[in-house]
Amino acid sequence: MLLLNASGCLDALTAPDVARSLDAFVTKTVTPEPREGNAPVRIAETEFGMLNAIGLANPGRDTFLRETLPRLASAIDVPIWVSVGGFNAREYAETCEQLARDDVACIELNLSCPNVDEAPESAAEIVRACREVTAKPLYAKVSPHSWDIGETVRAIEAAGADGLSLVNTLRGATLDARLRPTLSRGAGGYSGPALRPVALAAVVAARRATQLPIVGMGGVETGRHVIELIACGATHVALGTVLFADPDAPTRVRGELAREVEALGGDSVDGFFGVALDAVASGVNSGKR
Amino acid sequence: MSRPRRERRSVVAVEAIGPYALVRVTRGSLDPGIPGQFFMLEAPGRVLPRPMSLCLAPRGELAFLLDPIGPGTRALAALESGEALHVFGPLGNGFRLDVERPLLVGGGIGIAPLPYLAEALEQPPAVLGFRSQHHAEAAALFPNAEVVIDPVLVTEAMPAGRDVLACGPEPMLEAIRAIAPDAQLAWEAPMACGYGACYGCVVEIDGELKRLCVEGPVLGGSPRAAFVASTRGLCGEGRPCSS
Repeated sequence: MLLLNASGCLDALTAPDVARSLDAFVTKTVTPEPREGNAPVRIAETEFGMLNAIGLANPGRDTFLRETLPRLASAIDVPIWVSVGGFNAREYAETCEQLARDDVACIELNLSCPNVDEAPESAAEIVRACREVTAKPLYAKVSPHSWDIGETVRAIEAAGADGLSLVNTLRGATLDARLRPTLSRGAGGYSGPALRPVALAAVVAARRATQLPIVGMGGVETGRHVIELIACGATHVALGTVLFADPDAPTRVRGELAREVEALGGDSVDGFFGVALDAVASGVNSGKR
Repeated sequence: MSRPRRERRSVVAVEAIGPYALVRVTRGSLDPGIPGQFFMLEAPGRVLPRPMSLCLAPRGELAFLLDPIGPGTRALAALESGEALHVFGPLGNGFRLDVERPLLVGGGIGIAPLPYLAEALEQPPAVLGFRSQHHAEAAALFPNAEVVIDPVLVTEAMPAGRDVLACGPEPMLEAIRAIAPDAQLAWEAPMACGYGACYGCVVEIDGELKRLCVEGPVLGGSPRAAFVASTRGLCGEGRPCSS
């Protein structure tokens, strides 16, 4: 199992120590053109999570390749996964083509940002276009909104993906005291503790449809949450919102995970891979139907 | 500059000062940093910590002045002696202290970073503005400040020819900048992380949206920084996010 960050939840250039405490660092999503992102207000807290509408702020592909990536490669010694975004399949593929460099370990296609308009093509069509131009490992980041995650996942696998990342945020909104949207964009991506059960169910649905590696994420705050995702069929786990509150979370979570594995009588976290899968999927609990 | 650390600290006391709360925690091995820098304080029961500039650094302690107006600041103000919370910092860029004729200007809860700054600058003159006599009780944190109360504005009481270091609501900072273009101004924006990870706290600086936690929170005093107030400063309840 690898412990990663969720894309957009860590800047390895401002916090290299945090990035080094992970098994791989996932960049903020890179788009072909520079994007300033959405106007403030971009974030809001709720009782059970947070909303963000950052809007894929990034320096654009050219600056990323020329400046950001070399700086990242010299700042941290963990593998770099590059998150790729775009507004149509061609844009995604053009960026993937330019990432054929040694300092890129993996490409994650952000197919599900809730804060920008979606590409017209399906997730599978975008994956197929990228597969044609890159030999790098290709992960597809999937939205939790799909009613049939299994069908989406099968199509993405058939298009040539090497792995899956799920889940991205859920779309949500909050209002201020005067009943205006808190976020200037109106709605944004909802993350944090509220997302945890959504992620578990989505990972189960995906795992029943594919044997591809899955990076599970959504509301993970503790070692216990990591092992639950693994039990539901995730291969790796990413930390998101918790990194905002606790930059020491990777080290802390690993310690908690080791104690959790021991308390459950296991040898390693991978030994718990998929143990909850059949029961969650069929609704069986302790033998009672 | 000292590296930020995150430690679990215990509450020494929470003191009421007018409508505000002064939260005093044990310092541990945290560095108090430069005046104007801030810390992320874990807000009990909330998902995100709250950014607070350091108000005072008594021996062995760190003290933060806050206005309990939202769920996070109310939870912080309700802490009791001996309770623990995570404190992460110092973060961001503080005030430059190489000024010849310093004048501190504060408005409302924006006075928070000024007592520690006043100590570092050996108690320079200060002008503080408050909305009521009750709020003005916080002027007790300064030995010799001139206090104005609504509708009198701090800009009406500011002597000329001074190096201004200020913190307060955005309209006040804009008004100060209009009469003192070289002023060093400490700004506020909603922040989730405080260390450059979330991109939530961007403000317009030199025509670009930049992270206030990385570029600030103190801006100005150089031609580089031109802040355009672009946030409504609201977070969930019609309150500043740092509440």
